[in-house]
Amino acid sequence: MLAKIMNKMVYLDRMATALMAPEAKKAITDFLQENVGNPSAHIHSAGIAADGYISEARRQIADIIGASDDEIYFTSGATESNNLAIKGFLAGKNSGEIIISEIEHYSILDQMRNPALANYRFKILHVDSNGIVSPDDLEKMITANTLLVSINVANSEIGSIQPFNELAQVCQNHKVVFHADAASAVGYIPINVKEAGVNMMSVSAQTLGGPMGVGALYIDKKTSIRPLFDGGNQEAGLRPGTENVMGIVGFGAATEAIKSKLANESDRLRQLGEKLRQGIESKIEHVEFTGHPQIRLPGHVSFWHKFIEGESLLLHLNMKRIIAASGSACSSNLKGSDEHDLRASHVLTAVGVPEEYCSGSITFGLDYFNTDDEINYVIETLPDIVHRLEGMSPVYEDYLKQRERHE
Amino acid sequence: MSNKFPYSDKVMDHFSNPRNMGEIENPSAVGNVGNPICGDVMRLYLKIKDDIIVDAKFKTFGCGAAIASSSMLTELLKGKKIKDALRISNEAVAEALDGLPPVKIHCSVMAEEALKSALEDWEKRKKAKTE
Repeated sequence: MLAKIMNKMVYLDRMATALMAPEAKKAITDFLQENVGNPSAHIHSAGIAADGYISEARRQIADIIGASDDEIYFTSGATESNNLAIKGFLAGKNSGEIIISEIEHYSILDQMRNPALANYRFKILHVDSNGIVSPDDLEKMITANTLLVSINVANSEIGSIQPFNELAQVCQNHKVVFHADAASAVGYIPINVKEAGVNMMSVSAQTLGGPMGVGALYIDKKTSIRPLFDGGNQEAGLRPGTENVMGIVGFGAATEAIKSKLANESDRLRQLGEKLRQGIESKIEHVEFTGHPQIRLPGHVSFWHKFIEGESLLLHLNMKRIIAASGSACSSNLKGSDEHDLRASHVLTAVGVPEEYCSGSITFGLDYFNTDDEINYVIETLPDIVHRLEGMSPVYEDYLKQRERHE
Repeated sequence: MSNKFPYSDKVMDHFSNPRNMGEIENPSAVGNVGNPICGDVMRLYLKIKDDIIVDAKFKTFGCGAAIASSSMLTELLKGKKIKDALRISNEAVAEALDGLPPVKIHCSVMAEEALKSALEDWEKRKKAKTE
């Protein structure tokens, strides 16, 4: 069993990007056999054919979040969706307040520093040690000047799921527009935009088994926004430029495929994640798990280790064909131009991980296709790597000497 | 299609099979640099006889580049006279590893600093002995 697994990749980095679903690959391959025109060329059959593919995908994506088809706008991914939601909504409003949480994705957080948005005031909601935003805190922060609230549905690094419905309710009560970044959540937890009363929601194709470079923004009919750039009538004028039809086709197929997995397999995925967590807990010392212990994405396991560094752990895991992620600053931007391009995780510091330990953080993002055997292999492999790195760590050496002295 | 890993084969070799990892009992000198806040801590042990580094070992908490730089540094040091060891720069460490990504140059700088710290320690110990 072990030998068989060791020869193939054990992919546990769903939070960065899920592996593409076979259904998405097939839909894209089939699409590539067709001769289609520009979807905006509504007058001829080749254009109509392309438009038909987009309409089908729009329906598939609307369906999984309980929206209507004409509330889904395709983009290049969740980063663009997050930018379109905030900048597009603020355009022309001149001033006002935006409330975000401290554990948002960079595509939300970095907008604070954008000079084009200097007239607006960003207010930051803190999270508790489990990484959860309190609806009461949100309520207290909203003022007559608050225009928009943007909070993630679930955090990719620590897995915690926000009280999404309650947060939306608070916004509704105060007649403030609510945007949710659902990039890591769609397909893994049930989401219904109408029941929740959310006004805008960002969706990513790549984290649910679709291709990279495509996403969507849900915008309800009450909320009006401006496009980020000018150019054409595509996506009702909100996203000018010819659509990425091939990507959209894959996005739609992946969404349709994951819908049935969400209904039938999310308990199994949750148990698989729980098994990995327990395996790590029982075999490895000096580990602290991050995020909410229960209210978290199924299959998401995140922790930090006091005495070893995340990038080293990832490199060793990779040599054993196990693919994972780290919030380690060291591995944050290997293609940067100097060490100032490396940054420690703001999410980990927000939940109170001491800064000196952030570098030892690891995130395993399991997916529906992962098997029991794979998780057994990880549980068998990880302790040796950790012990090896502990043996190399002067910090661990000091700890052992200190412990001896106390005994 | 290019599948270029950010680290050279040499970095990966020294990372996965680090040379001279461990402690030296009764070392002639110990160098300490870094702090875990910036992600790396390096400790260098030297055994020195007649102004020659007869043994060098290290322990490092850090990323792939930090571990490989430590390992390479110990390789460069073994058998060197102190006056020659003083001339080992971070560039020499990085070069011996066939280069480091720009964001990781500071790891080789840390290796140089660990060496300096160890040699300072040695000077101090020598002085203490003669006094």
